[in-house]
Amino acid sequence: MTNSGLNALGDPTRRAIFERLASAPSAVGELARECPVSRPAVSQHLRVLKDAGLVVDQQEGNRRIYRLDPDGVGTLRAYFDQFWGQALAAFKAAAEQPTEEEPT
Amino acid sequence: MTEQATDLTVRKALTVEAPQERAFAVFSELMGSWWPLEGKSIGSAKAQTAILEPRAGGRWFERGVDGSECDWGRVVAYEPPSRLVLNWQISADWRYDPAINTEVEVRFVAEGEARTCVELEHRGLVQAYGDHAEQVYAIFDSSDGWGDILDRYAKSAGS
Repeated sequence: MTNSGLNALGDPTRRAIFERLASAPSAVGELARECPVSRPAVSQHLRVLKDAGLVVDQQEGNRRIYRLDPDGVGTLRAYFDQFWGQALAAFKAAAEQPTEEEPT
Repeated sequence: MTEQATDLTVRKALTVEAPQERAFAVFSELMGSWWPLEGKSIGSAKAQTAILEPRAGGRWFERGVDGSECDWGRVVAYEPPSRLVLNWQISADWRYDPAINTEVEVRFVAEGEARTCVELEHRGLVQAYGDHAEQVYAIFDSSDGWGDILDRYAKSAGS
């Protein structure tokens, strides 16, 4: 996955479904009842989210349950992980420099 | 597994060859000496430095080359030399937004007279950015050098 997962969240209905799944894993029927779109439309959105690596599905009895994919959601986390890695490396270099203007 | 799925907390830890007081001071009062500004300033002017007011309730902001200031958030806890909590209130479109509440906690643990373990936690990301992820991506992607790094991360996260 490159940025497809994040592009998949460009649609407001898909974002709503994604957020709904972030709070609780759900079946298509449950999502369709809460969303202002048809059940086939919800299925289509779920397919896009799934293809993008943001959600996974699993058969539980006669229901297919959708939930967030930890790896896909991790992409967002990875931004900040990378950012802090870079920032803290710079911090370390600054902290380890010999002190000049400050008292020790 | 499912807990992890919604928990976007970023955790980092590193050891710094510096006394605890010094590590704390560099992170807070002397933030301008190290904070990476290139490509990531939010003000209209090019950012010149990052400033953190050393007290609870203090401002955390960037100052542009023209002297203009742009808020990033607030100092929530200022407990030298061991703990610092900041609110990072930057929205997905990279503007200051007091409604955003991601929280950065930094702990400084002395491991000797001249060595400190620094632990950082950035919390609240999914609440703040989960619904704007594509904008966040676009911003980071447009910044110098970030696109490649993020693509590599995204590939490893998704493969």
